[in-house]
Amino acid sequence: MEPIIETKQLCHAYGVGTPFERHALQSVDFYANPGEFIGLIGHTGSGKSTFIQHLDGLLRPSSGQVLFRGEDIWKDKQFTHQIRFKVGLVFQYPEYQLFEETVFADIAFGPKNMGLDEEEVRRRVLRAAGFVGLEESDLDRSPFDLSGGQKRRVAIAGVIAMEPDVLILDEPTAGLDPNAREIVLQNIRDYQRAQNATILMVSHSMEEVAANVDRLYVMNHGTVAMTGTPREIFAHAQELTEMGLDVPVVTTIFHRLQELGFDVDPSVYTVEQAVAALEALRGGA
Amino acid sequence: MLKDITLGQYFPGSTVVHRLDPRTKLLMVILFIVALFTAEGPIAYLTVFLFLGVAVGLSRIPPRTILKGLKPLVVIICLTGLLNLFYTPGTPVVKFWVLTITQEGIFSALFMIWRILMLITGTFMLTYTTSPIALTDGLELLLNPLKRIKVPVHELAMMMSIALRFIPTLIEETDKIMSAQKARGADFETGSILQRAKALIPILVPLFVSALRRADELAVAMECRCYQGGKGRTRMKRLRFAGRDYITLVLGVLLVAAMIVLRVVGI
Ligand SMILES: Nc1ncnc2c1ncn2[C@@H]1O[C@H](COP(=O)(O)OP(=O)(O)OP(=O)(O)O)[C@@H](O)[C@H]1O
Ligand SMILES: [Mg+2]
Repeated sequence: MEPIIETKQLCHAYGVGTPFERHALQSVDFYANPGEFIGLIGHTGSGKSTFIQHLDGLLRPSSGQVLFRGEDIWKDKQFTHQIRFKVGLVFQYPEYQLFEETVFADIAFGPKNMGLDEEEVRRRVLRAAGFVGLEESDLDRSPFDLSGGQKRRVAIAGVIAMEPDVLILDEPTAGLDPNAREIVLQNIRDYQRAQNATILMVSHSMEEVAANVDRLYVMNHGTVAMTGTPREIFAHAQELTEMGLDVPVVTTIFHRLQELGFDVDPSVYTVEQAVAALEALRGGA
Repeated sequence: MLKDITLGQYFPGSTVVHRLDPRTKLLMVILFIVALFTAEGPIAYLTVFLFLGVAVGLSRIPPRTILKGLKPLVVIICLTGLLNLFYTPGTPVVKFWVLTITQEGIFSALFMIWRILMLITGTFMLTYTTSPIALTDGLELLLNPLKRIKVPVHELAMMMSIALRFIPTLIEETDKIMSAQKARGADFETGSILQRAKALIPILVPLFVSALRRADELAVAMECRCYQGGKGRTRMKRLRFAGRDYITLVLGVLLVAAMIVLRVVGI
């Protein structure tokens, strides 16, 4: 299968020529297949936000390439502009970008910029609002009157309404309560399923990543330190800890159980797997 | 892009110039400007140039950084140069269409450009080597005597340090909001003037909202720490003049004196 989006030897330096020059990305190789749910983890300042801004052409690589369906997104200006609609990017704390008078108008901003007709814009806004669970009556309200969690969902809808093939989210659940978190994650999964979209989610929560993604990239100091399925990644608990990252709590418990001499597989990373493994252990004993 | 604006930005360091008392640096800028505007004749120009050159050298600020800082001002500098070039009466050198370039014009254009460059670079030396906080502290202390005539010096200084503190934050925020709206297909670069002005709404609204929110939070935070203005407040870092400050100031005064002498003698 051809990857839908891919980077080759991607490098980026900020502030070239100033005393603050900083190499935020160094030779990052990355790919995502259509329909995949990918997680991106790494501690503060490891370059995650910098990296994802390259994927929809907001930042230009210092060297290296970003390919969308095999084509360099910088090959011409028109194409770069089109990429913004094919690769939807939801920034960290996206609720701070709301600006329209009504929720409807705000969600419609992206589709309108695509040059779609009124009818189609309307259809997309309603559909996107549906994905994030906004009521029709919410659409006429001012986005500034909503709660934090609702604002977040409006902002996500604003990107979903462009119906991108690749949806990238930078810590979409940061600062939300557990209930709102689960709703947002469910919205993302719904969108993925309905659209067969590729999802790339940046997260600081290992539980969240473990429970949702097919494949994981771990960034450290501007490079990809590890990549693989959650099971493969969380088996390297020690290295993750050294990079300032956690592993899911259940994984830690299973590592400890193994140390204590129980015959368990320490690569367990969700509560469901843990339950299954413990029951197998009890059944076997 | 927006971040590339270095005008008035501080570059941390520990050189002699960095360690000077902010009051010294403020006074030096004033002395330097006086010298700059008194200077007349090639020797005077050269002296001022060398004086600034030594200061830049001591501060270890790379000349490239200074050039970059000058970039936004290129238009103003060129315009001044051109105006002087064409509108100074005197002996004509070149003549075409309605424009005449005179010998005096060439000299005065070069002189004006030199003066502006010196002026800006001189003030850069202050802002590049002094943190905004130190700068407002220095300013407050220098203006302290004005308190006698009921000028709210402390409040003004506080307002200034808050404004300075938030400039980088707001630039960063603008950058972020711009990227986010671009990600939704906003286009700030093409279209008529009107279209471009309209394209700013998605940036300005969130920016104002966030600026007001920050102002609000800051006000509450200050309130919580019982901030009540300058009365009875002591400082964590007290500014003290050191030997290097006196030496620098003496040099500054000597520079101005030299310029006056050169002007009177007329070389
Ligand atoms: N606009 C910028 N100008 C200069 N340096 C920057 C800029 N944005 C980020 N950096 C630097 O690049 C590095 C990577 O930052 P980035 O924001 O990509 O990290 P991150 O992994 O997203 O961190 P976090 O988890 O805190 O969001 C950091 O060291 C940061 O200081
Ligand atoms: Mg980030």
